[in-house]
Amino acid sequence: MKLSVLLFGIARDIVGDRQISVELPDNENVAGLLNYLKKEYPSFNNLRSLLVAVNDAYAKSEDVLQEDDEIALIPPVSGG
Amino acid sequence: MADYQEIHITENQLEVEKVYAQAQAENTGAVNIFVGTVRNKTKARNVVNLEYEAYEEMAIKEMRKVAEKAASKWPVEKIIIHHRVGNLNVGEAAVVIAVSTPHRHDSFEACRYIIDTLKKSVPIWKKEIFEDGEEWVSAHP
Repeated sequence: MKLSVLLFGIARDIVGDRQISVELPDNENVAGLLNYLKKEYPSFNNLRSLLVAVNDAYAKSEDVLQEDDEIALIPPVSGG
Repeated sequence: MADYQEIHITENQLEVEKVYAQAQAENTGAVNIFVGTVRNKTKARNVVNLEYEAYEEMAIKEMRKVAEKAASKWPVEKIIIHHRVGNLNVGEAAVVIAVSTPHRHDSFEACRYIIDTLKKSVPIWKKEIFEDGEEWVSAHP
């Protein structure tokens, strides 16, 4: 399946784009996506944390992803 | 959406008076206002300005959740959160939070809870632009 991933903050700087397309096996979960991205972009391993949001809410490692999900990488937040 | 809360993200300058006015309610005995502003130094490096970026739809939802949680813990009348994004200069307000309650103790506690939780969970990022470089805040251990 083909997933589209939104990028913000330092994650956008690391990848060099606001959005990337990722090809993964069907029924892959959040942990699988993170493993793939950390191999593809090793700088992600240096971050304090890296979370995934699915459809505007924080997702758990075991949550399964679908092609029509809105997926975003959430590097350490620093609002306020 | 519950009408006791008003959550807003904007590129425009924040107006404390406006937030204060929105926090007024019939049974209010205290309005606690927190203003987060841009500091001029981080670890002795001079900050030139700050860039704030939000994953806006999710940031609004997460701020609503924080407000809901605060409303479940304290007897709040109103919770108003205005967060700014874009380019900010030193001294400008990045966030204004107002909490109104019947009695003052609850307003202090609820307001503190909201800013502390917002900083941990809401998908907003800031980059400090120094005289000699730039850095996403808290990105690295």
